[in-house]
Amino acid sequence: MRVGSTFNVAFRALRRNKLRSVLTALGIIIGVGAVIAMVGIGNGAKAQVEAQIASLGQNVILIFSGSTTSSGIRTGWGGAGTLKIEDADAIRREVPGVVGVSEEVVSTTQVAAGNQNWFTRIYGESADYFDLRQWPLADGVPFTPQDVRSANKVCVIGRTTATQIYGNEDPVGQILRIKNVPFTITGVLTPKGLSTQGVDQDDIVIMPYTSAMKRVVGGTTLRNINVQVGDARQIEAAQQQIISLLRQRHNIRPGRDDDFTVRNQQEIAEAATAASKVMTLLLGAIAGVSLVVGGIGIMNIMLVSVTERTREIGVRMAVGAHGNDILTQFLIEAVTLSSVGGMLGIIVGIGASQFLAWKFQWPTLISISSIAIAFLFSAAVGVFFGFYPARQAARLDPIEALRYE
Amino acid sequence: MSLSFNGIDMNNGALVRLIDVHKTYRTGEMEVHAVRGVSLEIQPGEFVALMGASGSGKSTLMNLLGCLDRPTSGRYVLDGSDVSGLDRDRLADIRNRKIGFIFQSFNLLPRTSARENVELPLLYGTHRLTNAQLREKADRVLASVGLGGREDHHPSQLSGGQQQRVAIARALVNDPEVLLADEPTGNLDSRTSVEIMAIFQQLNERGITIIMVTHEQDIAAYARRNVVMRDGILLSDKVVTQRVLAEAELDKPGTSTNNPEE
Repeated sequence: MRVGSTFNVAFRALRRNKLRSVLTALGIIIGVGAVIAMVGIGNGAKAQVEAQIASLGQNVILIFSGSTTSSGIRTGWGGAGTLKIEDADAIRREVPGVVGVSEEVVSTTQVAAGNQNWFTRIYGESADYFDLRQWPLADGVPFTPQDVRSANKVCVIGRTTATQIYGNEDPVGQILRIKNVPFTITGVLTPKGLSTQGVDQDDIVIMPYTSAMKRVVGGTTLRNINVQVGDARQIEAAQQQIISLLRQRHNIRPGRDDDFTVRNQQEIAEAATAASKVMTLLLGAIAGVSLVVGGIGIMNIMLVSVTERTREIGVRMAVGAHGNDILTQFLIEAVTLSSVGGMLGIIVGIGASQFLAWKFQWPTLISISSIAIAFLFSAAVGVFFGFYPARQAARLDPIEALRYE
Repeated sequence: MSLSFNGIDMNNGALVRLIDVHKTYRTGEMEVHAVRGVSLEIQPGEFVALMGASGSGKSTLMNLLGCLDRPTSGRYVLDGSDVSGLDRDRLADIRNRKIGFIFQSFNLLPRTSARENVELPLLYGTHRLTNAQLREKADRVLASVGLGGREDHHPSQLSGGQQQRVAIARALVNDPEVLLADEPTGNLDSRTSVEIMAIFQQLNERGITIIMVTHEQDIAAYARRNVVMRDGILLSDKVVTQRVLAEAELDKPGTSTNNPEE
């Protein structure tokens, strides 16, 4: 019954000290604003990484050729050349659930057309590659399984390569010379942007792996095999079967190490997002510190306020306030400061992250949950830091309080 | 004093009834006997001046009468009910409903309008009032003490006498049984003091019981009864025979320059 009046009393008291109330709330405004903005930046970065991982394709398993040691010199993954075209065929034939396989070889070289030339990456892939990586063409058509079987001199190119060589011209149907071999461009890929490592994914030429091995890269082994399974639940089983199939095909005796490496997309995603999760946590924690500092500011002001308003408390008690009324009043004052500060802080935080997104092109992502958590936390800060001063006020002896100078 | 503790008639008509009240403070090893056996009855409609030098125990007695403190022993019957054993919150309720306080230093909330100051006791009452009701009640009481039109003034915009009138309005707003005034004229000049006494006498004429602590003989002369304390006991208790009427004083020319100690 008295709670309504107590709210009234608390709001009146806050209104009496406008400047002080605003300055106290400012601590929380900055704290909550910082939390919202920092977590927004962290989440934005994480979302960007996740989007890039997803662009690897869905339910994808990557098999890399192993490393080899020759005269004590160890090559990197793919250096051993242990993966054969036949391995890929065997996976296609024997592993259940597989919906796409792309044999991959990679090289970098100079490409040219007319009087323009450009140094770019050449990827040899199967026709499954575009589905597997969910990488549609912006223009033209992809090469076909027939092109792969016949090792035809066709390719598709990324947006960057297209712009560098052809400018504003339409590259589809044009001839691109790679190592002096003329390739016909059948299509241009949709832009993918930068990878998590900052590599321009659109600076690329993709051709049938057969053509690449025969005319550009040379050699008879694959750098890696990309496998796609139809269902995420089949990834684990497929991965195990690929391992045992390849060990068997490569005659690896039990107890010896694999001469290849299998990774699935999930593992890659986890590794990549772990870093951005840590960043989000770190940013949030630093911002959280400022929220706690804001809370201490509230406690400080409330303690000063209790001392300064000792006579007021005495008068209130003399005219009939219970200890609880005083406690509630000061608690409401503290929580009002912190939660109004919290609400304004949310606005400031959203504004700040919009500004950062606009000014520095940082991706930011404000989630409802981070807003809710920041607000509840700020209200909790008010209760936590307001309780002690409020209890001090409620415990005052009315006679002493009235006599206080 | 030969009052018996047994068979106290709660309804003998007295508004305030102290029966052998003691108050002892302990400060470390020291025991201070501030009030040592006071029995006192005050009937409804009385206007009592409680006098005594500092250290006489009158402030302690005032705190006991105001239910701000509990007696160490003895009994205090206010308006027919024994309040000597009540806890903090029950005492707060009694103060809210039955007692109006007026202090020497006014004790108004700073940066708060006269109206909101007067509304204060209503906020802690058992009846929940709307803002409009609060406002209406406060304005009515303010008008009755001659502050109509000054409802929105803050204490800093009011003279001492006006501030004390706001305090009187605050004390009256809950229709208390008794007004307790602690040196109500201590911070006021002599003419303003007489004005405040005029208000007290008007209120008393309307039947409101007033107990006023003062050390000024001429202020005590406005009351109907003077009780003097010394060393924690009642020294004298007599009816004022030569009662001064404040209205008449105010009509006399040159009153404002009189030295109250004369």
